[in-house]
Amino acid sequence: MVKKTWPLVLVALLLTMLALTGCGSTQNASGSDNGAEASTQPSAAASTDQPASSGEKMTIKLMHLWPAGSSKQHNMIVNQIIDEYQKANPNVTIKQEILDNEQYKNKLKVISASNELPDVGMTWAAGFLEPYVKGNLFAPLDDVLGDGFKDSFVSGTTEAYAIGGKTYALPLELNITPVYYNKAIFAKYNLQPPKTYDELKQIVKTLADNGVAPAALGNKDRWTGSLWYMYLADRLGGPETLKKAIDRSGSFEDPSLVKAAEEVQNLVNMNAFNKGFNGLSNDEGKSEFMNGKAAMYMMGTWELPNYTTNESVPKEFRDSIGFFKFPTIDGGKGNVDSWVGGPGVGLFVAENSKVKDEAKKFVKYFVKRWGEESVTQAGVIPATKVDTSKVNLPQMYIDVLNELGKASNITLFADVQMSPAVAQVHLNMIQALFGGEVKPADFAKKHEEALQQESGK
Amino acid sequence: MDKVMSDKRIIALYVLPALLLVLVLIYVPIVLTGYYGLMKWDGIGAMTFVGLDNYSRLVKDALFWKSAGHSFLLAAFSTLSLIGYLAVAMVLAGRIKGANLLRKIYLVPMLLSSVAIAQLWLKMYHPSNGMLNLVLQSLGMKEPIGWLSETSIVLLALFVPIIWQYAGFYILIYYAALTNIPSSLIEAARIDGATPWQVALRVKLPLIAGVIKVTIVLAIVGSLKYFDLIYVMTDGGPNGASEVMASYMYHQAFRSFDFGYGSAIGFFLLLTCLVVTWLIRRLTASGEEVQYS
Repeated sequence: MVKKTWPLVLVALLLTMLALTGCGSTQNASGSDNGAEASTQPSAAASTDQPASSGEKMTIKLMHLWPAGSSKQHNMIVNQIIDEYQKANPNVTIKQEILDNEQYKNKLKVISASNELPDVGMTWAAGFLEPYVKGNLFAPLDDVLGDGFKDSFVSGTTEAYAIGGKTYALPLELNITPVYYNKAIFAKYNLQPPKTYDELKQIVKTLADNGVAPAALGNKDRWTGSLWYMYLADRLGGPETLKKAIDRSGSFEDPSLVKAAEEVQNLVNMNAFNKGFNGLSNDEGKSEFMNGKAAMYMMGTWELPNYTTNESVPKEFRDSIGFFKFPTIDGGKGNVDSWVGGPGVGLFVAENSKVKDEAKKFVKYFVKRWGEESVTQAGVIPATKVDTSKVNLPQMYIDVLNELGKASNITLFADVQMSPAVAQVHLNMIQALFGGEVKPADFAKKHEEALQQESGK
Repeated sequence: MDKVMSDKRIIALYVLPALLLVLVLIYVPIVLTGYYGLMKWDGIGAMTFVGLDNYSRLVKDALFWKSAGHSFLLAAFSTLSLIGYLAVAMVLAGRIKGANLLRKIYLVPMLLSSVAIAQLWLKMYHPSNGMLNLVLQSLGMKEPIGWLSETSIVLLALFVPIIWQYAGFYILIYYAALTNIPSSLIEAARIDGATPWQVALRVKLPLIAGVIKVTIVLAIVGSLKYFDLIYVMTDGGPNGASEVMASYMYHQAFRSFDFGYGSAIGFFLLLTCLVVTWLIRRLTASGEEVQYS
């Protein structure tokens, strides 16, 4: 009997050991990684002046959100840039970790709590960035921006990543929000892109009377409806009113912001949007436009490939799409060249990275090369300036880039401008506003309360 | 073997791995959640101790109570639906033709992942080209219904797939319990002249009372902490009309970056589940337990 028990005990022991070493070995691996990085740190610091010459090996960890599956072009460019960099700097290995958008956000949160951020990673501007900067997790990148590098960015883009006068990330993308429209539908009902808001309302009326959904909207995602509100607020009150309401130098109960909310409900009552928009995701809303059921679609310029180069969209449809700027409103303070938009993701360098200097060099290189490659290869409008005379691009891109050149203002997406908690109030209120469950005055009041509570803290 | 089992140290050794896993994966996080619930914490920066502030905020938070109400409503609906499942299981266990096939058909939703079910129902509920609206419109309805965008019906529209999703699971449990009843008991009842109704209500039902109690606990606790379909289909919207406790907790913690408050909600949710479980057990403890023999 005793003999029989021993194998059992042994198996149990082995199993527990396996379980323990299973965890242990990964720790060891990462531990030795850290060791290697630590040992190369002095040389990394030394090698900033003369790149690639000092041969000590180092690894830069890069975490990004462009998997080969869902963002093929992006992923390809990232790999291409990494290859180039590794060839030029044979002592540097760049290790990628790739996650989808939502997972990326969640993971970033989790690893920042345990202070294990990758050396280089992606972040969003303003409100998203703030807690990380407050937690001292991102390194300031102002030294990278020196030597005139800052001038290669479209003005106003790096500022979105600045907190307390220091810039904490370098933007890769820049998006503005035009209204796309289906020329075929417009032609059928003899319509022209609107120059004034009254014309836009007239278009909405004509289309709605003829049983065509005037504008596609998927407001389950809520920021989609926020775009419409932001434009109305901008055209009525000028770009400063909303900005000031959010940074607390103004008030959200400003008459123009209340009026903008009223206008949203007017549009809803005119049936300006497809049916059931509050229960549809942005993708579902978009499909109304892509199927030719809706005539207009207000969305960021990240949609441009669908109307130009994306082969999986029928050519006939792509050719029938144009865009117009959100029209001005009579008596409003906004002008037509003021855009809602903003930089998308930017690259940060972790404050406690063991290879900070090399990581900064890589970020600079990446942003530069990304600016050169992304617009032609992936149809991304980079935050760095593009010389339209040198690149071969579809006309729609050139039009957008030219518009960007004469933009009088770019107002950052409201939910990015606000702190996360206030942004949630804003987004829920947008849904309620579009659903007709809240009065414009209460809409403004709820915002004011949330903003006040936040700033009171 | 007897010798092994009599040695306390060996028993401890065998129990240890499982115990460690349970401790590390369940009890430690619970304690931590309780601890975070006492903090003001954005999930990244430093924590500050705020005592019971989060809980006093919870008590006053109208949005939270609205979502708690939705959770309890779901619990009520899923408990009521148990009656339907039980009826179906009785019929299936009654040796009707094709019972085997039907049982498998009922089980299929159980095999689908929640997200797949959500996508399926999203398509059915689609306002302009969803199956439901197309059928209703062909029957003469004029305006399409926004199943997931009307605040007054979104919650009920969500309950349907949730209840549908778990049908197979409960039917299977009841079916197993019912087929376990010795046929001699049922035959004896029949010989004594009991009608099928009497057999069902007076013989079968008391014999599976224990199982029914368990399913009631499962249904109610499962409903109170329900999250997945709601998260995928409406994300608690429009404007909180379909928010339940778990989704509200998620939104507070991961969208508003308020981990302290999110943890407090989570801890409260746990306490609610414990209290409700205890209450159900108290209420259904009928003293006499019916046995087979």
